[in-house]
Amino acid sequence: MAKITFVTQANETITVEGNSGNVMELAVQNKIKGIDGNCGGVCSCATCHVHVEPEHWNKTGAPSAMESDMLEFDEKVSDHSRLSCQMKVTEELDGVVLKVAN
Amino acid sequence: MSNKICVVIGASHAGVNFAFSLRREGWEGKIILFDSDPEMPYHRPPLSKAYLSAEDNSELDLLFPEQNYKSENISLQLGKTVSEINKEEKTITLSNGETQSYDKLVLAIGARPFVPPINGIKTASNLFPMRTFADTVNIQNAIKNSVEKRVVIIGGGYIGLETAASLKKTGAKVVVLEREERVLERVTAPEMSEFFNKLHQENGVDLLTNKNVVSIKTSEGKNEVVCDDNTSYKADLIVVGVGIKVNTELAEKAGVEIENGIKVDSSAKTSDANIYAIGDCTYHFNPHYNRFIRLESVQNAVDQAKVAASAICGNEVVYYAIPWFWSDQYDVKLQMVGLSQGYNDVIQRLELDNDKCQSVWYFKDDELLAVDAVNNGKAYVLGGRFIKGKQEIDKEKLKDTSIPIKPASFLK
Repeated sequence: MAKITFVTQANETITVEGNSGNVMELAVQNKIKGIDGNCGGVCSCATCHVHVEPEHWNKTGAPSAMESDMLEFDEKVSDHSRLSCQMKVTEELDGVVLKVAN
Repeated sequence: MSNKICVVIGASHAGVNFAFSLRREGWEGKIILFDSDPEMPYHRPPLSKAYLSAEDNSELDLLFPEQNYKSENISLQLGKTVSEINKEEKTITLSNGETQSYDKLVLAIGARPFVPPINGIKTASNLFPMRTFADTVNIQNAIKNSVEKRVVIIGGGYIGLETAASLKKTGAKVVVLEREERVLERVTAPEMSEFFNKLHQENGVDLLTNKNVVSIKTSEGKNEVVCDDNTSYKADLIVVGVGIKVNTELAEKAGVEIENGIKVDSSAKTSDANIYAIGDCTYHFNPHYNRFIRLESVQNAVDQAKVAASAICGNEVVYYAIPWFWSDQYDVKLQMVGLSQGYNDVIQRLELDNDKCQSVWYFKDDELLAVDAVNNGKAYVLGGRFIKGKQEIDKEKLKDTSIPIKPASFLK
Protein backbone atom coordinates (compact mmCIF):
# COMPACT_ATOMS: atom_id res chain seq x y z
CA MET A 1 0.00 0.00 0.00
CA ALA A 2 1.30 3.45 -0.94
CA LYS A 3 -0.18 6.86 -0.24
CA ILE A 4 0.45 9.19 -3.16
CA THR A 5 -0.36 12.90 -3.22
CA PHE A 6 -1.19 14.75 -6.43
CA VAL A 7 -1.15 18.53 -6.68
CA THR A 8 -3.04 19.80 -9.72
CA GLN A 9 -2.49 22.97 -11.73
CA ALA A 10 -5.42 24.51 -9.82
CA ASN A 11 -3.50 23.74 -6.61
CA GLU A 12 -5.90 21.07 -5.46
CA THR A 13 -4.18 18.51 -3.24
CA ILE A 14 -5.51 14.99 -3.45
CA THR A 15 -4.03 12.04 -1.57
CA VAL A 16 -4.97 8.55 -2.73
CA GLU A 17 -3.97 5.00 -1.89
CA GLY A 18 -2.93 2.29 -4.28
CA ASN A 19 -1.23 -1.07 -4.24
CA SER A 20 -0.95 -2.17 -7.85
CA GLY A 21 -0.68 -0.94 -11.42
CA ASN A 22 1.03 2.31 -12.34
CA VAL A 23 0.68 5.84 -11.04
CA MET A 24 -1.10 7.11 -14.18
CA GLU A 25 -3.83 4.48 -13.75
CA LEU A 26 -4.19 5.41 -10.09
CA ALA A 27 -4.56 9.07 -11.06
CA VAL A 28 -7.16 8.32 -13.75
CA GLN A 29 -9.15 6.18 -11.31
CA ASN A 30 -9.18 9.10 -8.92
CA LYS A 31 -10.05 11.70 -11.57
CA ILE A 32 -6.87 13.74 -11.12
CA LYS A 33 -7.22 16.65 -13.52
CA GLY A 34 -4.38 16.93 -16.02
CA ILE A 35 -3.51 13.24 -16.13
CA ASP A 36 -5.19 11.62 -19.12
CA GLY A 37 -3.08 8.58 -20.02
CA ASN A 38 -4.45 8.61 -23.54
CA CYS A 39 -2.12 5.89 -24.86
CA GLY A 40 -3.04 3.49 -22.08
CA GLY A 41 0.37 3.60 -20.40
CA VAL A 42 2.87 2.71 -23.12
CA CYS A 43 5.02 5.86 -22.99
CA SER A 44 3.67 7.19 -26.28
CA CYS A 45 1.62 10.28 -25.56
CA ALA A 46 3.10 12.18 -22.57
CA THR A 47 -0.39 13.04 -21.26
CA CYS A 48 0.54 11.88 -17.74
CA HIS A 49 3.49 14.19 -17.05
CA VAL A 50 4.24 14.96 -13.37
CA HIS A 51 6.92 16.85 -11.46
CA VAL A 52 8.21 14.88 -8.50
CA GLU A 53 8.89 16.91 -5.35
CA PRO A 54 12.71 17.12 -5.33
CA GLU A 55 13.04 15.58 -1.86
CA HIS A 56 11.10 12.52 -3.13
CA TRP A 57 13.25 12.00 -6.25
CA ASN A 58 15.06 9.10 -4.56
CA LYS A 59 11.69 7.33 -4.08
CA THR A 60 10.71 7.51 -7.74
CA GLY A 61 14.09 7.31 -9.39
CA ALA A 62 15.04 8.80 -12.74
CA PRO A 63 13.21 8.15 -16.01
CA SER A 64 14.28 5.47 -18.47
CA ALA A 65 16.01 6.48 -21.72
CA MET A 66 12.78 6.25 -23.75
CA GLU A 67 10.88 8.22 -21.14
CA SER A 68 13.49 10.97 -20.88
CA ASP A 69 13.50 11.30 -24.68
CA MET A 70 9.79 12.05 -24.50
CA LEU A 71 10.30 14.55 -21.68
CA GLU A 72 13.49 16.34 -22.70
CA PHE A 73 11.87 18.77 -25.15
CA ASP A 74 8.47 18.96 -23.51
CA GLU A 75 7.51 22.59 -22.87
CA LYS A 76 6.80 21.80 -19.20
CA VAL A 77 9.88 19.73 -18.42
CA SER A 78 11.72 20.18 -15.11
CA ASP A 79 14.70 18.47 -13.48
CA HIS A 80 12.26 16.14 -11.74
CA SER A 81 9.88 15.26 -14.56
CA ARG A 82 8.44 11.77 -14.94
CA LEU A 83 5.72 10.16 -17.00
CA SER A 84 3.49 8.67 -14.34
CA CYS A 85 2.55 5.66 -16.51
CA GLN A 86 6.17 4.55 -16.20
CA MET A 87 6.08 4.53 -12.38
CA LYS A 88 4.79 1.38 -10.68
CA VAL A 89 2.73 1.79 -7.54
CA THR A 90 4.89 0.15 -4.88
CA GLU A 91 5.48 0.74 -1.18
CA GLU A 92 8.62 2.65 -2.04
CA LEU A 93 6.39 5.41 -3.41
CA ASP A 94 4.59 5.82 -0.08
CA GLY A 95 4.37 9.50 0.85
CA VAL A 96 5.48 10.82 -2.52
CA VAL A 97 4.13 14.18 -3.75
CA LEU A 98 3.61 14.67 -7.50
CA LYS A 99 2.76 17.97 -9.16
CA VAL A 100 0.67 17.51 -12.30
CA ALA A 101 2.43 19.25 -15.18
CA ASN A 102 -0.60 20.07 -17.33
CA MET B 1 -30.51 21.94 -16.35
CA SER B 2 -30.54 18.91 -14.05
CA ASN B 3 -33.41 17.15 -15.83
CA LYS B 4 -31.71 17.34 -19.21
CA ILE B 5 -30.56 14.19 -20.94
CA CYS B 6 -27.40 13.68 -22.97
CA VAL B 7 -27.37 10.44 -24.92
CA VAL B 8 -24.09 9.13 -26.33
CA ILE B 9 -24.02 6.40 -28.98
CA GLY B 10 -20.72 4.53 -28.89
CA ALA B 11 -18.72 3.81 -25.72
CA SER B 12 -15.15 3.64 -26.92
CA HIS B 13 -12.37 6.25 -26.60
CA ALA B 14 -14.47 9.14 -27.94
CA GLY B 15 -17.80 8.38 -26.26
CA VAL B 16 -16.39 7.50 -22.85
CA ASN B 17 -13.97 10.42 -22.67
CA PHE B 18 -16.81 12.67 -23.76
CA ALA B 19 -19.03 11.44 -20.92
CA PHE B 20 -16.40 12.11 -18.24
CA SER B 21 -15.47 15.46 -19.81
CA LEU B 22 -19.12 16.51 -19.86
CA ARG B 23 -19.39 15.89 -16.11
CA ARG B 24 -16.16 17.79 -15.53
CA GLU B 25 -17.58 20.71 -17.53
CA GLY B 26 -20.50 20.82 -15.11
CA TRP B 27 -23.37 19.02 -16.90
CA GLU B 28 -25.83 18.13 -14.15
CA GLY B 29 -28.33 16.17 -16.20
CA LYS B 30 -28.37 12.53 -17.14
CA ILE B 31 -25.63 10.99 -19.29
CA ILE B 32 -26.53 7.71 -20.98
CA LEU B 33 -23.97 5.79 -23.03
CA PHE B 34 -25.03 3.04 -25.45
CA ASP B 35 -22.77 0.52 -27.19
CA SER B 36 -23.43 -2.79 -28.89
CA ASP B 37 -20.12 -4.15 -27.55
CA PRO B 38 -20.97 -5.95 -24.27
CA GLU B 39 -17.51 -5.41 -22.68
CA MET B 40 -16.68 -2.64 -20.24
CA PRO B 41 -15.15 0.12 -22.43
CA TYR B 42 -11.49 -0.67 -23.09
CA HIS B 43 -8.34 0.72 -24.68
CA ARG B 44 -8.44 -0.37 -28.30
CA PRO B 45 -4.85 0.24 -29.58
CA PRO B 46 -3.22 -2.41 -27.31
CA LEU B 47 -5.46 -5.14 -28.77
CA SER B 48 -3.34 -5.64 -31.90
CA LYS B 49 -0.13 -4.86 -30.01
CA ALA B 50 0.85 -6.22 -26.59
CA TYR B 51 -2.54 -7.79 -25.91
CA LEU B 52 -2.57 -10.25 -28.80
CA SER B 53 0.75 -11.80 -27.81
CA ALA B 54 0.29 -11.72 -24.04
CA GLU B 55 -0.12 -15.04 -22.26
CA ASP B 56 -2.69 -13.94 -19.76
CA ASN B 57 -5.48 -11.93 -21.39
CA SER B 58 -8.10 -12.37 -18.75
CA GLU B 59 -8.02 -8.68 -17.88
CA LEU B 60 -8.91 -6.04 -20.43
CA ASP B 61 -7.23 -2.68 -20.28
CA LEU B 62 -10.23 -0.59 -19.21
CA LEU B 63 -10.55 3.09 -20.11
CA PHE B 64 -11.95 3.77 -16.62
CA PRO B 65 -12.73 1.42 -13.74
CA GLU B 66 -16.39 0.51 -13.33
CA GLN B 67 -16.80 2.48 -10.11
CA ASN B 68 -15.94 5.74 -11.89
CA TYR B 69 -19.07 5.48 -14.06
CA LYS B 70 -21.11 5.03 -10.88
CA SER B 71 -19.46 7.88 -9.01
CA GLU B 72 -19.91 10.22 -11.98
CA ASN B 73 -23.48 9.03 -12.48
CA ILE B 74 -22.88 7.93 -16.06
CA SER B 75 -25.30 5.25 -17.16
CA LEU B 76 -23.56 2.56 -19.25
CA GLN B 77 -25.94 0.63 -21.48
CA LEU B 78 -23.71 -2.08 -22.95
CA GLY B 79 -24.72 -4.75 -25.43
CA LYS B 80 -27.45 -2.44 -26.73
CA THR B 81 -27.64 -1.39 -30.35
CA VAL B 82 -29.22 1.87 -31.44
CA SER B 83 -31.12 1.35 -34.68
CA GLU B 84 -32.71 4.73 -35.32
CA ILE B 85 -32.52 8.43 -34.53
CA ASN B 86 -35.54 10.70 -34.77
CA LYS B 87 -34.10 14.21 -34.68
CA GLU B 88 -37.47 15.97 -34.88
CA GLU B 89 -38.80 14.21 -31.78
CA LYS B 90 -35.32 14.01 -30.25
CA THR B 91 -35.48 10.29 -29.53
CA ILE B 92 -33.44 7.23 -30.32
CA THR B 93 -34.79 3.70 -30.80
CA LEU B 94 -32.91 0.56 -29.82
CA SER B 95 -32.97 -2.68 -31.80
CA ASN B 96 -35.15 -4.17 -29.04
CA GLY B 97 -37.78 -1.48 -29.70
CA GLU B 98 -37.16 0.63 -26.58
CA THR B 99 -36.92 4.37 -27.06
CA GLN B 100 -34.96 7.03 -25.21
CA SER B 101 -35.40 10.77 -25.47
CA TYR B 102 -32.53 13.24 -25.49
CA ASP B 103 -31.78 16.93 -25.28
CA LYS B 104 -28.30 16.50 -26.75
CA LEU B 105 -27.17 13.51 -28.76
CA VAL B 106 -23.52 12.62 -29.37
CA LEU B 107 -22.54 10.22 -32.13
CA ALA B 108 -19.29 8.41 -31.31
CA ILE B 109 -20.09 5.55 -33.63
CA GLY B 110 -16.66 5.09 -35.17
CA ALA B 111 -16.02 2.73 -38.01
CA ARG B 112 -16.05 -0.96 -38.79
CA PRO B 113 -13.53 -3.11 -40.66
CA PHE B 114 -13.95 -2.98 -44.42
CA VAL B 115 -14.67 -6.40 -45.88
CA PRO B 116 -13.12 -6.50 -49.35
CA PRO B 117 -15.01 -8.14 -52.21
CA ILE B 118 -12.91 -11.31 -52.41
CA ASN B 119 -14.47 -14.51 -53.74
CA GLY B 120 -15.05 -16.95 -50.89
CA ILE B 121 -14.40 -14.45 -48.10
CA LYS B 122 -17.78 -15.16 -46.48
CA THR B 123 -17.26 -18.91 -46.35
CA ALA B 124 -13.61 -18.86 -45.25
CA SER B 125 -12.71 -20.66 -42.05
CA ASN B 126 -11.28 -18.69 -39.11
CA LEU B 127 -11.29 -15.36 -40.91
CA PHE B 128 -11.45 -12.34 -38.63
CA PRO B 129 -10.95 -8.58 -38.62
CA MET B 130 -8.93 -6.96 -35.80
CA ARG B 131 -10.85 -4.18 -34.10
CA THR B 132 -12.67 -5.41 -31.01
CA PHE B 133 -11.96 -7.50 -27.92
CA ALA B 134 -14.13 -10.25 -29.44
CA ASP B 135 -11.84 -10.29 -32.49
CA THR B 136 -8.77 -10.91 -30.31
CA VAL B 137 -10.53 -13.78 -28.54
CA ASN B 138 -11.47 -15.35 -31.88
CA ILE B 139 -7.94 -14.95 -33.23
CA GLN B 140 -6.32 -16.38 -30.12
CA ASN B 141 -8.68 -19.35 -30.03
CA ALA B 142 -8.02 -20.10 -33.68
CA ILE B 143 -4.27 -20.08 -33.02
CA LYS B 144 -4.62 -22.29 -29.95
CA ASN B 145 -6.75 -24.83 -31.82
CA SER B 146 -4.45 -24.96 -34.82
CA VAL B 147 -1.58 -27.45 -35.08
CA GLU B 148 0.33 -25.76 -37.87
CA LYS B 149 -0.54 -22.17 -36.90
CA ARG B 150 -0.29 -20.80 -40.42
CA VAL B 151 -1.56 -17.22 -40.47
CA VAL B 152 -2.22 -15.15 -43.57
CA ILE B 153 -2.78 -11.44 -42.99
CA ILE B 154 -4.44 -9.57 -45.83
CA GLY B 155 -3.24 -5.96 -45.77
CA GLY B 156 0.11 -4.41 -44.83
CA GLY B 157 -1.13 -1.36 -43.00
CA TYR B 158 -0.65 -0.67 -39.27
CA ILE B 159 -3.27 -3.18 -38.15
CA GLY B 160 -1.86 -5.90 -40.39
CA LEU B 161 1.75 -5.27 -39.38
CA GLU B 162 1.01 -5.00 -35.65
CA THR B 163 -1.03 -8.19 -35.79
CA ALA B 164 1.78 -9.92 -37.70
CA ALA B 165 4.36 -8.91 -35.07
CA SER B 166 2.13 -9.95 -32.18
CA LEU B 167 1.19 -13.33 -33.66
CA LYS B 168 4.79 -14.07 -34.65
CA LYS B 169 5.71 -13.69 -30.98
CA THR B 170 3.23 -16.45 -30.10
CA GLY B 171 5.00 -18.87 -32.45
CA ALA B 172 2.70 -18.62 -35.48
CA LYS B 173 3.96 -18.76 -39.08
CA VAL B 174 2.91 -15.43 -40.53
CA VAL B 175 2.52 -14.28 -44.12
CA VAL B 176 1.42 -10.71 -44.91
CA LEU B 177 -0.09 -10.04 -48.34
CA GLU B 178 -0.04 -6.39 -49.41
CA ARG B 179 -1.69 -5.28 -52.64
CA GLU B 180 0.50 -2.21 -53.22
CA GLU B 181 4.19 -2.28 -54.05
CA ARG B 182 5.20 -1.46 -50.48
CA VAL B 183 3.70 -1.75 -46.97
CA LEU B 184 2.20 1.34 -45.30
CA GLU B 185 1.99 2.84 -48.77
CA ARG B 186 -0.95 5.07 -47.94
CA VAL B 187 0.53 6.56 -44.77
CA THR B 188 4.33 6.75 -44.95
CA ALA B 189 7.28 7.55 -47.19
CA PRO B 190 9.16 4.72 -48.97
CA GLU B 191 12.01 5.05 -46.42
CA MET B 192 9.62 4.08 -43.61
CA SER B 193 8.07 1.23 -45.62
CA GLU B 194 11.54 -0.17 -46.24
CA PHE B 195 12.39 0.03 -42.54
CA PHE B 196 9.31 -1.97 -41.58
CA ASN B 197 9.78 -4.38 -44.45
CA LYS B 198 13.26 -5.22 -43.16
CA LEU B 199 12.11 -5.36 -39.54
CA HIS B 200 9.45 -7.96 -40.30
CA GLN B 201 11.69 -10.04 -42.55
CA GLU B 202 14.35 -10.09 -39.80
CA ASN B 203 11.75 -11.32 -37.37
CA GLY B 204 10.71 -14.15 -39.65
CA VAL B 205 7.46 -12.74 -41.04
CA ASP B 206 6.99 -13.35 -44.74
CA LEU B 207 6.01 -9.91 -45.97
CA LEU B 208 4.95 -9.94 -49.62
CA THR B 209 3.95 -6.96 -51.75
CA ASN B 210 2.13 -6.64 -55.08
CA LYS B 211 -0.13 -9.42 -53.85
CA ASN B 212 -3.71 -8.79 -54.83
CA VAL B 213 -5.91 -11.41 -53.18
CA VAL B 214 -8.69 -12.51 -55.52
CA SER B 215 -10.16 -15.57 -53.85
CA ILE B 216 -10.15 -17.79 -50.79
CA LYS B 217 -10.79 -21.50 -51.28
CA THR B 218 -11.88 -23.37 -48.20
CA SER B 219 -12.45 -27.03 -47.61
CA GLU B 220 -12.65 -28.94 -44.32
CA GLY B 221 -11.61 -25.87 -42.38
CA LYS B 222 -8.42 -25.30 -44.39
CA ASN B 223 -8.05 -22.12 -46.43
CA GLU B 224 -6.03 -21.35 -49.48
CA VAL B 225 -5.62 -17.65 -50.23
CA VAL B 226 -5.16 -17.05 -53.96
CA CYS B 227 -3.61 -13.93 -55.52
CA ASP B 228 -4.00 -12.56 -59.06
CA ASP B 229 -0.44 -13.63 -59.95
CA ASN B 230 -1.62 -17.23 -59.37
CA THR B 231 0.36 -17.68 -56.17
CA SER B 232 -1.50 -19.16 -53.22
CA TYR B 233 -0.95 -19.43 -49.47
CA LYS B 234 -2.36 -21.99 -47.04
CA ALA B 235 -3.95 -20.54 -43.93
CA ASP B 236 -5.39 -21.94 -40.72
CA LEU B 237 -6.25 -18.38 -39.73
CA ILE B 238 -6.83 -15.30 -41.89
CA VAL B 239 -6.81 -11.76 -40.50
CA VAL B 240 -8.18 -9.02 -42.72
CA GLY B 241 -6.82 -5.50 -42.18
CA VAL B 242 -7.54 -3.51 -45.32
CA GLY B 243 -9.01 -0.39 -43.80
CA ILE B 244 -12.32 0.71 -42.38
CA LYS B 245 -15.75 1.87 -43.38
CA VAL B 246 -17.19 4.76 -41.39
CA ASN B 247 -20.43 4.04 -39.57
CA THR B 248 -22.48 6.79 -41.17
CA GLU B 249 -25.73 4.91 -41.84
CA LEU B 250 -27.47 5.76 -38.58
CA ALA B 251 -26.80 9.47 -39.03
CA GLU B 252 -27.53 9.45 -42.74
CA LYS B 253 -30.91 7.80 -42.20
CA ALA B 254 -31.73 10.48 -39.63
CA GLY B 255 -30.99 13.22 -42.16
CA VAL B 256 -27.70 14.48 -40.70
CA GLU B 257 -25.25 15.83 -43.28
CA ILE B 258 -22.71 13.27 -44.45
CA GLU B 259 -19.53 13.97 -46.37
CA ASN B 260 -16.76 11.38 -46.16
CA GLY B 261 -18.05 10.75 -42.64
CA ILE B 262 -20.35 12.74 -40.40
CA LYS B 263 -19.66 16.38 -41.17
CA VAL B 264 -19.11 18.54 -38.10
CA ASP B 265 -18.16 22.15 -37.43
CA SER B 266 -15.24 23.35 -35.30
CA SER B 267 -17.21 22.60 -32.12
CA ALA B 268 -18.02 19.02 -33.27
CA LYS B 269 -21.65 19.94 -34.00
CA THR B 270 -23.38 18.25 -36.93
CA SER B 271 -25.90 19.86 -39.29
CA ASP B 272 -28.47 19.36 -36.49
CA ALA B 273 -28.11 21.80 -33.58
CA ASN B 274 -28.78 19.09 -30.97
CA ILE B 275 -26.53 16.40 -32.44
CA TYR B 276 -22.75 16.30 -32.11
CA ALA B 277 -20.31 13.78 -33.55
CA ILE B 278 -16.79 12.90 -32.37
CA GLY B 279 -13.93 10.55 -33.18
CA ASP B 280 -13.28 8.27 -36.15
CA CYS B 281 -16.71 8.88 -37.69
CA THR B 282 -16.29 12.63 -38.19
CA TYR B 283 -15.25 14.67 -41.19
CA HIS B 284 -13.93 17.85 -39.61
CA PHE B 285 -11.86 20.91 -40.41
CA ASN B 286 -8.23 21.05 -39.31
CA PRO B 287 -7.21 24.74 -39.10
CA HIS B 288 -3.48 23.99 -39.12
CA TYR B 289 -3.58 22.09 -42.40
CA ASN B 290 -6.46 24.23 -43.65
CA ARG B 291 -8.60 21.37 -44.93
CA PHE B 292 -11.33 18.92 -43.92
CA ILE B 293 -9.99 15.57 -42.71
CA ARG B 294 -11.10 12.29 -41.19
CA LEU B 295 -8.81 10.60 -38.67
CA GLU B 296 -8.63 7.17 -37.12
CA SER B 297 -6.86 7.85 -33.86
CA VAL B 298 -7.08 8.01 -30.10
CA GLN B 299 -5.81 11.60 -30.12
CA ASN B 300 -8.66 12.78 -32.31
CA ALA B 301 -11.23 10.78 -30.34
CA VAL B 302 -10.17 12.19 -26.97
CA ASP B 303 -9.53 15.78 -28.09
CA GLN B 304 -12.75 16.08 -30.08
CA ALA B 305 -14.62 14.59 -27.10
CA LYS B 306 -13.33 17.41 -24.89
CA VAL B 307 -14.33 20.04 -27.47
CA ALA B 308 -17.86 18.64 -27.80
CA ALA B 309 -18.29 18.45 -24.00
CA SER B 310 -17.19 22.03 -23.59
CA ALA B 311 -19.42 23.25 -26.44
CA ILE B 312 -22.48 21.47 -25.07
CA CYS B 313 -21.90 23.18 -21.73
CA GLY B 314 -22.07 26.53 -23.48
CA ASN B 315 -18.42 27.41 -23.98
CA GLU B 316 -16.99 28.79 -27.19
CA VAL B 317 -14.46 26.28 -28.39
CA VAL B 318 -12.61 25.55 -31.60
CA TYR B 319 -11.02 22.19 -32.30
CA TYR B 320 -7.37 22.81 -33.12
CA ALA B 321 -4.95 19.92 -32.85
CA ILE B 322 -1.88 18.54 -34.56
CA PRO B 323 -2.73 14.85 -35.01
CA TRP B 324 -0.49 12.20 -33.48
CA PHE B 325 -0.37 8.42 -33.69
CA TRP B 326 1.77 5.54 -32.51
CA SER B 327 2.48 1.92 -33.40
CA ASP B 328 4.41 -0.78 -31.52
CA GLN B 329 5.93 -3.66 -33.46
CA TYR B 330 8.48 -6.04 -31.88
CA ASP B 331 10.82 -3.78 -29.88
CA VAL B 332 10.19 -0.81 -32.15
CA LYS B 333 8.17 2.18 -31.07
CA LEU B 334 6.95 4.30 -33.96
CA GLN B 335 5.55 7.72 -33.11
CA MET B 336 4.04 9.99 -35.72
CA VAL B 337 3.02 13.61 -35.50
CA GLY B 338 1.35 15.74 -38.15
CA LEU B 339 -0.19 14.84 -41.49
CA SER B 340 2.21 14.05 -44.31
CA GLN B 341 -0.27 14.15 -47.20
CA GLY B 342 0.90 16.53 -49.90
CA TYR B 343 4.61 16.31 -49.08
CA ASN B 344 7.18 16.82 -51.84
CA ASP B 345 10.41 16.44 -49.88
CA VAL B 346 11.56 13.93 -47.27
CA ILE B 347 14.57 14.00 -44.98
CA GLN B 348 15.59 10.79 -43.28
CA ARG B 349 17.83 11.00 -40.23
CA LEU B 350 19.66 7.92 -39.02
CA GLU B 351 21.09 8.79 -35.61
CA LEU B 352 24.81 8.10 -35.37
CA ASP B 353 24.86 6.88 -31.79
CA ASN B 354 21.99 4.40 -32.13
CA ASP B 355 21.18 2.45 -35.28
CA LYS B 356 17.72 1.58 -33.96
CA CYS B 357 16.86 5.25 -33.75
CA GLN B 358 15.74 7.18 -36.81
CA SER B 359 13.22 9.69 -38.09
CA VAL B 360 11.60 10.79 -41.33
CA TRP B 361 10.67 14.47 -41.76
CA TYR B 362 8.03 15.35 -44.37
CA PHE B 363 8.09 18.76 -46.02
CA LYS B 364 5.97 20.61 -48.53
CA ASP B 365 8.62 22.96 -49.90
CA ASP B 366 9.91 24.62 -46.70
CA GLU B 367 6.96 23.78 -44.48
CA LEU B 368 7.37 20.84 -42.10
CA LEU B 369 4.18 18.75 -42.35
CA ALA B 370 4.88 15.64 -40.30
CA VAL B 371 7.51 13.51 -38.56
CA ASP B 372 7.67 9.73 -38.22
CA ALA B 373 10.03 8.80 -35.39
CA VAL B 374 11.36 5.30 -34.78
CA ASN B 375 12.55 4.76 -31.20
CA ASN B 376 13.17 8.47 -31.18
CA GLY B 377 11.01 10.36 -28.71
CA LYS B 378 13.15 13.47 -29.14
CA ALA B 379 12.42 13.74 -32.86
CA TYR B 380 8.75 13.11 -32.17
CA VAL B 381 8.36 15.76 -29.48
CA LEU B 382 10.52 18.35 -31.21
CA GLY B 383 8.88 17.67 -34.59
CA GLY B 384 5.49 18.29 -33.04
CA ARG B 385 6.70 21.59 -31.58
CA PHE B 386 8.15 22.71 -34.91
CA ILE B 387 4.96 21.86 -36.78
CA LYS B 388 2.73 23.60 -34.26
CA GLY B 389 4.93 26.70 -34.23
CA LYS B 390 5.30 26.70 -38.04
CA GLN B 391 9.04 26.96 -37.48
CA GLU B 392 11.29 27.44 -40.44
CA ILE B 393 13.80 24.63 -40.56
CA ASP B 394 17.29 24.53 -42.01
CA LYS B 395 17.10 21.31 -44.00
CA GLU B 396 20.88 21.04 -44.46
CA LYS B 397 21.39 21.06 -40.70
CA LEU B 398 18.58 18.54 -40.23
CA LYS B 399 20.25 16.20 -42.72
CA ASP B 400 23.57 16.46 -40.86
CA THR B 401 23.47 13.72 -38.23
CA SER B 402 26.62 15.06 -36.59
CA ILE B 403 24.29 17.76 -35.26
CA PRO B 404 22.30 16.24 -32.39
CA ILE B 405 18.53 16.73 -32.11
CA LYS B 406 18.06 19.82 -29.93
CA PRO B 407 15.45 22.60 -30.03
CA ALA B 408 17.79 25.20 -31.56
CA SER B 409 19.79 22.87 -33.80
CA PHE B 410 17.75 23.11 -36.96
CA LEU B 411 16.23 26.55 -36.85
CA LYS B 412 17.07 29.04 -39.55
